[in-house]
Amino acid sequence: MKIRKRYFVLTLYLVVLFLPIYWMLNMSLRTNAEILGSLAMYPEHPTLENYMKIFGDPSWYSGYINSIIYVTMNMVISLVTALPAAYAFSRFRFIGDKHVFFWLLTNRMAPPAVFLLPFFQLYSTFNLIDTHIAVALAHCLFNVPLAVWILEGFMSGVPREIDETAFIDGYSFPHFFLRVFIPLIRAGIGVTAFFCFMFSWVELLLARTLTTTSAKPIAATMTRTVSATGLDWGLLAAAGILTIVPGALVIWFVRNHLAKGFALGRV
Amino acid sequence: MNKWENNRAWFLILPVFIIVAFSAVIPLMTVVNYSVQDIFGPGQRFFIGTEWFKEVLSDSRLHEALWRQLLFSGLVLLIEMPLGIAIALMMPKKGWGSSACLVVLALPLLIPWNVIGTIWIIFTRPDIGLFGATINGLGIPFDHTASPIDAWITVMLMEVWHWTPLVALLAYAGLRAIPEAYYQAAKIDGASAWAIFRYIQLPKMRGVLTIALLLRFMDSFLIYAEPFVLTGGGPGNSTTFLSIYLVKVAVGQFDLGPAAAFSLIYFLIVLLFCWLFYQALQAVGTGDK
Repeated sequence: MKIRKRYFVLTLYLVVLFLPIYWMLNMSLRTNAEILGSLAMYPEHPTLENYMKIFGDPSWYSGYINSIIYVTMNMVISLVTALPAAYAFSRFRFIGDKHVFFWLLTNRMAPPAVFLLPFFQLYSTFNLIDTHIAVALAHCLFNVPLAVWILEGFMSGVPREIDETAFIDGYSFPHFFLRVFIPLIRAGIGVTAFFCFMFSWVELLLARTLTTTSAKPIAATMTRTVSATGLDWGLLAAAGILTIVPGALVIWFVRNHLAKGFALGRV
Repeated sequence: MNKWENNRAWFLILPVFIIVAFSAVIPLMTVVNYSVQDIFGPGQRFFIGTEWFKEVLSDSRLHEALWRQLLFSGLVLLIEMPLGIAIALMMPKKGWGSSACLVVLALPLLIPWNVIGTIWIIFTRPDIGLFGATINGLGIPFDHTASPIDAWITVMLMEVWHWTPLVALLAYAGLRAIPEAYYQAAKIDGASAWAIFRYIQLPKMRGVLTIALLLRFMDSFLIYAEPFVLTGGGPGNSTTFLSIYLVKVAVGQFDLGPAAAFSLIYFLIVLLFCWLFYQALQAVGTGDK
């Protein structure tokens, strides 16, 4: 009886959690006239019209491609740079290690709004405005420190005897790192990639400022189109639903590691 | 934990150093540079020292935004932390049920922030939104574009909806890391559910809860896109949080100097709070052991 009550509350919460998303899905399957005409819990005449409009218009779907490109770039850059650094923090004591670690974390705390103007100037100087790499680099501001933080936690969970044995066996450092160590923390790398994906995918302020047309993220395309065509609720909802899809796919793939991955355990 | 002493480890940190220097240090220096100069145009800049800082610190609208921000972050933490822990405690430990919970919980976290705003505009509009229509149908007038209180309620609802899952996921991960033997021992001792929570689960979750608290504080303090899309900082200035005000000053009025000074103060406030939280939690942690 007690168990049942518990699951009832939990289910209720999950339903409430899902309701706003469901409502948007509902909107996206109806025409604008229908939306404004009546309030309905489900679409009476489901239509894919709104989705067709998005897939038929390059200015819409290129937004998705741009977002995916810079998010992927950011994930790769963050992981490649963070892996050796996290190893250094988890294994060695060196001059200024604690300070550098805290300094890295402070970057995660920096308000993105603070960096808007300087980023714009800096990237203009390097002719990087409106390129994918600009957004990817800008997102490194918060993703690299986070990646180092998470990876360090995972690496500290691997006993150091493994390193020692490998070196005694005559492995060179790069060989050991790539062949032995990285496979050991596969799950950790997956979780880190998940977090990098998440924070880069959802960030908009910097992505919007650093792009104009050719690298514009989908979320920014949405705001522009809304203001240009008035309020086409159906189209807006459909675009919103499509921004959730990549995230949902990523969750599906990491669902088994999700709980373990969140157990960063240590600060 | 004893680590190897080796200063060559610096070479391993070098890539991170370079990338963070490029995306954080240079921009930050630019901000510092702006904050002490008055810029009229290219080649026309004057060093004015702490003038902008004085101006910003005496700006009453900034004070209001800061108090609003503190109230907001405080409320967010007060609601989200207990709620997240409660949900984590209710979740099934294994099986398809726990997978399903995890997937649904993680969903709001992967929605772009301005789309969150869009979802809630649609959801709370009195004419087409389920929430808005239901509330109005019950005879309670609700319009977040006109009433500051309604705007606050909407923003809080959105924030709690959006981020409680993160706390829940972290707490859940912490709970899963507790060995079964602890529970068995507690059962033998006849411990109550509350005692199990207070003396086993809570201390064991300390690490992940620290992370949750820090992440939630930072992100709620830096919140921009969601309220900007939902309310645009209004009605009036009632939901103008620090970031929204900063962007208004920097981009809207293009006051580089004050905006830069504001940025630095803002950054320092976040740092200060995070440091305080961190210290406080470390102190609590050592008290437990």
